[in-house]
Amino acid sequence: MAPKLPPQPPLQHSSTAVADGQSHGHAAPPKGILRWLLTTNHKEIGSLYLIFSLTMFFIGGIFALVVRAELFQPGLQLVEPEFFNQMTTMHGLIMVFAAVMPAFTGLANWMIPLQIGAPDMALPRLNNFSFWLLPVAFTLLLSTLFMPGGGPNFGWTFYAPLSTTYAPPSTTFFILALHIAGISSILGAINIIATILNMRAPGMRLMDMPLFVWTWLITAFLLIAVMPVLAGVITMMLMDINFGTSFFDAAGGGDPVLFQHLFWFFGHPEVYIMILPAFGIVSAIIPTFARKPLFGYASMVYATAAIALLSFLVWAHHMFIVGLPLVAELFFMYSTMLIAVPTGVKVFNWVTTLFRGSISFESPMLFSLAFVVLFTIGGFSGLMLAIAPADFQYHDTYFVVAHFHYVLVPGAIFAIMAGVYYWLPKWTGHYPNERLAQWHFWFSIIGVNLTFFPMHFAGLAGMPRRIPDYALQFADFNLLSSIGAFFFGASQLLFVLGVILCIRGGKKAPAKAWEGAVDLEWTVPSPAPLHTFETPPVFHRTSH
Amino acid sequence: MRSRWWWLIAIVLAASESQAQSNGWNMPVGVTDVSSDIYGLHMTIFWICVVIGVVVFGAMFYSLFRYRHSKGAKAAHFHEHTSVEVLWTAIPILILVGMAVPATATLKNMYDSSNAELDVMITGQQWRWRYEYLGEDVAFTSNMSTPRAQISGEEARGEHYLLEVDEPLVLPINRKVRFLMTSDDVIHSWWVPDLAVKQDTIPGFINENWVKINEPGIYRGQCAELCGIDHGFMPVVVHAVEEEEFETWLAERKEAAEQEAMGVDREWEMAELLERGESVYQAICSSCHQAEGQGAPPAFPALANNEQLLSDVDWHLDKVINGVSGAAMPAFRSTLNPVELAAVVTYTRNAWGNETGDVVQPSEVAELIAQ
Repeated sequence: MAPKLPPQPPLQHSSTAVADGQSHGHAAPPKGILRWLLTTNHKEIGSLYLIFSLTMFFIGGIFALVVRAELFQPGLQLVEPEFFNQMTTMHGLIMVFAAVMPAFTGLANWMIPLQIGAPDMALPRLNNFSFWLLPVAFTLLLSTLFMPGGGPNFGWTFYAPLSTTYAPPSTTFFILALHIAGISSILGAINIIATILNMRAPGMRLMDMPLFVWTWLITAFLLIAVMPVLAGVITMMLMDINFGTSFFDAAGGGDPVLFQHLFWFFGHPEVYIMILPAFGIVSAIIPTFARKPLFGYASMVYATAAIALLSFLVWAHHMFIVGLPLVAELFFMYSTMLIAVPTGVKVFNWVTTLFRGSISFESPMLFSLAFVVLFTIGGFSGLMLAIAPADFQYHDTYFVVAHFHYVLVPGAIFAIMAGVYYWLPKWTGHYPNERLAQWHFWFSIIGVNLTFFPMHFAGLAGMPRRIPDYALQFADFNLLSSIGAFFFGASQLLFVLGVILCIRGGKKAPAKAWEGAVDLEWTVPSPAPLHTFETPPVFHRTSH
Repeated sequence: MRSRWWWLIAIVLAASESQAQSNGWNMPVGVTDVSSDIYGLHMTIFWICVVIGVVVFGAMFYSLFRYRHSKGAKAAHFHEHTSVEVLWTAIPILILVGMAVPATATLKNMYDSSNAELDVMITGQQWRWRYEYLGEDVAFTSNMSTPRAQISGEEARGEHYLLEVDEPLVLPINRKVRFLMTSDDVIHSWWVPDLAVKQDTIPGFINENWVKINEPGIYRGQCAELCGIDHGFMPVVVHAVEEEEFETWLAERKEAAEQEAMGVDREWEMAELLERGESVYQAICSSCHQAEGQGAPPAFPALANNEQLLSDVDWHLDKVINGVSGAAMPAFRSTLNPVELAAVVTYTRNAWGNETGDVVQPSEVAELIAQ
């Protein structure tokens, strides 16, 4: 993923003013590890984010495979329940905070300046800082696994009082790690907003921006709104654990359900933080390979904004069985059902974009099409979960596990992979090996469905989530899921192989690597030079 | 892409065949009016999703097939159509309203726990359930009865593996029973799919739910909210019986409780206490402190050869009766009766190499609790 350096003679950029005012610094970038530690270049930082994310994707994936190996058959064979709980917790935390979120931030770093015709991010040093916070945060988080009493074992949602009074001693480190990751996200979001609002090419209005930029702009506002809430709730935990407060302890006048309200007020927007940029990626790829403009650009923007606003009004649908009053149940049921409307608009727009297009099926398109279908299946189960009375049966079962994995794996992660295959030619100057990418796609789609589809049935039949062992009637579903998980996990090695081969060589890509591509990133050479758009491009209002 | 549907069909067929005799692969209809209403809502929304899915995916796959670049398709250039966009915003809203109406009615019914004929207090504890028939002086704890040897695979697994308990909750059919639910430690969730009751039990708060069972039978479920190490080993079993049978059972339990209360005053032999204590220890204490008292430090200290514990019987009694504040050790003063408390303390002080010879009498414990 890293661009080959130096792609152009230093003369070219030393003479031009650059955004961060450090023109002398670029003439001779530091060598070796220091170059990566000190870089302020959006492309290099983007690559760092993506490499970090991919590493964490495999670590989180190994945790998932420990879980699936234990659940392969009834009984306890491989791990103790205590370690099993640490694995489910760490899998969730790592995948959410260290794999999916940094992947989108990495793509944003690489592509937003290129898509709006900006020379770099608005705040390059802050950009460097927000990346390097992440390895610190997650090294700390992973190190808790080796502490006395083990790592976090209370689920990625860390409900109090299991995560306070009853938590292992390492929980304080978990809180610190999450604080650091949260600061990283907030700084990254500020940077993205500053870049998009201030550094667009002359003539590019907000409603001219590519949808990836739009969805990220909205996502960044969501991050700024909710990461402080997360910081607040984990600080309250810290106080309860170490300083004798009772925010979440009824014995001292607190309320354990308060924790859930605060957590999900963060948590539900967080879910959209992980999917809105995916909508943006898919909205770039589908028109490219349908060779037809995106249908309903304006309604896509409004739908994204509507989803973001609604995300603040639905949090308690995660809490239908905690004993909310009837009016609250009804309010959150109706508001949650309403989210289906803008989400439906998006799906209809993608399908209509395909209608009467001229469609080809390169790997980015395959992943995007799979995204549309499988994300929609996840949306359907989401709609079912919104029906509060039915949720009394679905809640905390594998049906929920199936639901959110459908929107996150063939949803968010497939979109990320689609984006990587789509933009690799721009990053490396080479097309990814298409045959390898197609194998990766087909293995992934079989693996992902084999893993997660049976979970719907296990949940409906009555299997609760987060259990290390299960009753015999769930054995067949779990067997299928475990086989699927190992198959899916192994096939991701093809992805790594494809990316490495693409960095090292392959078919040369021209500036406009895909026939139907229209956005500004396709006007710079492939691979994109380290510095682009030092002179703002002229933006022609034809793309949308 | 199309191969996905084959997987779906294959999985559905495989699942339906192998699961035919048990819960199967769909939500149970259950044995209450509420549970069948919920099943109805579930199937309605499911079929709505199927129809929308067929239309949307149908249009999508038609386009993918019909407008292939490789077949020389020429792209059109339209990119908006106001009336179509309004239409596909409005139609889903109508469908959702249609869905919200029956859901609201069912929910209102579920929230109406008035006019109950029997109140049962359900208390979640790591990792068992305590049931108390309010106003009847009958209370007991319900522990998983699946032997650990089945979990580790040393013994063959039984039919109701992990879903069987020593003492089920016994309820009468055709009577509205109100549940009052709380917890002594962390949040648990009491769930029986056939009754469509799933409710979090929250420490310090009381939730309400209710059930009116239509058919006698044994209904099994388990804790649904992650509650620590043995979250997966916290089953719920409800034994629904005819009303007369329930009355008989309740009377028997009352009598047994009175017998037990009388036992507090007499002098107990050490051997009796050890025997009783071992069964209490294995049912209640061993999930944390382990079968041989070896514990799982740092969360769960060892009891075998624990200097502090063995040197101070009053300290030991205090921790068992009142719990350890800020740690996982709960107070057992109301969970266990004085006989059980005395027995388990006596047992702990004389098992696994602990040889204090101490005998704690139920009467002493009763006095401590009374203070």
